[in-house]
Amino acid sequence: MIAFLIKRLMHAVLVMFIISVLAFAIQDNLGDPVQQMVGQSVPESEREALRERLGLNDSFMVQYVRFAKNAVQGDFGNSYFYREPALSVIARHLPATLELVFAATLIIVVFSAPIGVYSAIKPRSIISRFFMGASIIGISIPVFLTAIVLIQIFSIGITVSIFPEGTAWGAWLNSALSTQGNMPSFGRGYDLVHVFGYWDTNLASWSGLQHLVLPAISLASIMLPLFIRLIRAEMMEVLQSEYVKYARAKGISMRRVYFVHALKNTMLPVITVGGVQIGTMVAYTILTETVFQWPGMGLMFLDAINRADIPLIVAYLMIVGVIFVVTNTIVDLIYGFVNPTVKLTGKPA
Amino acid sequence: MALKKKILATIIGATVAGSAVLPLTANAETLRIGYSADPETLDIHEQLSGGMLRFSHLAFDPLVRWTKDFQFEPRLATEWVQTDDTHMRMTLREGVTFHSGNELTAEDVVWTIERLKESPDYRAIFEPIATAEAVDDYTVEITTTAPYPLLLNLATYIFPMDSQFYTGETENGVDKAEIVKAGNSFASRNVSGTGPFVLTDRRQGVRVDFERFEDYWDTESEGNVSSIVLTPIAENAARVAALLSGGVDFIDAVPPNDLERVREASDVELFEVPGTRIIGFQLNEEQVEAFKDVRVRQAVDLAINQEGIADRLMRGFATPAGQFSPEGYSGHNPDLVPRYDLTRAQELMAEAGYEDGFSVDMIAPNNRYVNDAQIAQAVANMLSRININVNLRTMPLAQYWPEYDTRQSDIAMLGWHSDTEDTANFFQYLSFCIDEESGAGQYNYGNYCNEEIDALVTEADSVTDLERRNEMLREAEAMLYEDVGFITLHWQNLAYAAAEGVEIEPVVNAIDFPYLGDLVINR
Repeated sequence: MIAFLIKRLMHAVLVMFIISVLAFAIQDNLGDPVQQMVGQSVPESEREALRERLGLNDSFMVQYVRFAKNAVQGDFGNSYFYREPALSVIARHLPATLELVFAATLIIVVFSAPIGVYSAIKPRSIISRFFMGASIIGISIPVFLTAIVLIQIFSIGITVSIFPEGTAWGAWLNSALSTQGNMPSFGRGYDLVHVFGYWDTNLASWSGLQHLVLPAISLASIMLPLFIRLIRAEMMEVLQSEYVKYARAKGISMRRVYFVHALKNTMLPVITVGGVQIGTMVAYTILTETVFQWPGMGLMFLDAINRADIPLIVAYLMIVGVIFVVTNTIVDLIYGFVNPTVKLTGKPA
Repeated sequence: MALKKKILATIIGATVAGSAVLPLTANAETLRIGYSADPETLDIHEQLSGGMLRFSHLAFDPLVRWTKDFQFEPRLATEWVQTDDTHMRMTLREGVTFHSGNELTAEDVVWTIERLKESPDYRAIFEPIATAEAVDDYTVEITTTAPYPLLLNLATYIFPMDSQFYTGETENGVDKAEIVKAGNSFASRNVSGTGPFVLTDRRQGVRVDFERFEDYWDTESEGNVSSIVLTPIAENAARVAALLSGGVDFIDAVPPNDLERVREASDVELFEVPGTRIIGFQLNEEQVEAFKDVRVRQAVDLAINQEGIADRLMRGFATPAGQFSPEGYSGHNPDLVPRYDLTRAQELMAEAGYEDGFSVDMIAPNNRYVNDAQIAQAVANMLSRININVNLRTMPLAQYWPEYDTRQSDIAMLGWHSDTEDTANFFQYLSFCIDEESGAGQYNYGNYCNEEIDALVTEADSVTDLERRNEMLREAEAMLYEDVGFITLHWQNLAYAAAEGVEIEPVVNAIDFPYLGDLVINR
């Protein structure tokens, strides 16, 4: 266990090192940060002086060594745009992203398990077919489109008038299909509850939750169908296995067979995929956060790229690298608990 | 007094957390704004940008400001007299207080002008001013190095800062007045101006909060906005959705694709204002021999259908241009209109010996100007009709400028807004013969050079008789039109939209700085 954690720690360091080198190597292609910091009519001499002051004229090696020296001491440099240490900028944006990912994960867990299990048990029922069809559509629609459609329906509202307004049924259908739309369409709202440090939460107030709903649904919209299909496929496979047949033959109640014997083994691959996907979701938030103007890390990163805010870009990439390593480690740990045959030291079995 | 102290405490308590709850007047209204960008910093001299100037008009007041039709409106300066060719005396408004409680005097104005001359972004613009002196508490005398006709234009950039507030040292022993780009200076985190709104809270990139300044000098203003919440929403679709869903009351930069939607939406009103930013192309004479021939340049200009681009591609969201200066500018010459004529263009190409045409590269940004990449594509197609084959590359802004600076491509797209809201600025930056020393022609991509035009504009800039000066600038526009030193396309319009009852029409202008202190909300 200790050896495993040490090994993972070294992984993390290696990942951060590689990412930092890569991020530094591409910085010349990210654009000129100075251009974003000065007015258009500022003469070249002023720009040159600023570049010199920021150390942008130094060679790759000099810049990297200077960065690495500070980074080892926990100083990732100051963001050009936010004018404060990149790490605290990220720390300020992190809670918003984590809450969004948490809410999306909750939606996925709550809906994917029952639907997946149901459609595995009753694959031919109309409801199962509906969910399978819907999940294909869900996987194929890009996140930002889902987000825009959600905003149009629930925030702006739509007025349907295709049915004859004169008739009772037409008027009823029209009003039934039209939406008022007063859900918030952007940001985290004004009623955040302060928890501690940089953490203001959306989860503790009604208005905060309202702001969270649409972004969380659109972020979940890609993963939810994926998990429904995954759980269904695994479950169907497990239901064919010998021990389930045996349990049935023994006369154990079907409920117990499904939810105790079968589901447990279904969950193994789901946990692996799920853990990795939560890491990926942090990356998916870039799209969701942009459309909903959700002030989290994704939006911050996109803005940083547009502004060629190099210190922030480098720090973000490294932090995301660490998040991936950490989630993978946690997944492996959980995996070990669920399936004791897995050895954590990672030696070939 | 207690109130003043509270405001002071808030200002000094930096920008983080805490909000001064001011007693609300009877018709107090909160304005929720969704702008495409928030101010980069709180130091108004750190960066010259649209976002910063908008902020300046909220927390500060200029000496004079532009009206909708490009006249000067007195603000902190009530009167001004040109005493001789190089001296101007400005009388300041009395009884104006800063957010800190200090009173505005001539010393503050002098201090501000001196600081502007230190600012990397403003230094070049303020070069014509030699000195500023306080004659008495409410009189400032400005001396220019040479006769300079644009002093009032510069005065629109002078937002007096609270010199007492910004003087001294911070706890760390750093000068409070220092200007540090992208640094953590005192002025970039603390603010004290005379403007209609006091900054109460700021989370960069997330939101900025303002409360109306209780002691604001302009008591005649009908503005009834008591507090402002500014949320930056960079994504076009998200900004429009925020307005349509009632999340904000006022947005800027409505994208052309959404104009119809916003116009037809109930409860929301759209306001279009003709803008002043010229969009155009520059032909690189260093790279392409043919562009040195005026007939080829004319052919390129004639082959481009400015009206068509403005009508169809921009959906009427642009004013087709045949010159730099938009209407209202001193040098605007009404005779110079776009002259699309494909047959004539083909004839000119034949005359110049390029009947069979040639191939060129073109670069354009894809996230800087409205529909920039599509415009470049359209122009490339139009040029193919005079047998100029264009190989177009578009790229995001952050990569575009470094590419632009190398001047390696044959045609480049550029949009330019004159910082002085004056005609001469266009020439000095875009068409003057390049002179590294003086900085002339800094954005003259194609190395175009016509000394006659340069001489005329330079002379105009020392003529203080504005009538005569305007005539000279109109002449310069005509000469450039003939010689095609810059391919002008159009002036990009500005579009704002607001919820019903938010009367933004009187406060928005072509310069893109809404005067929100005067905004009236009738709900």
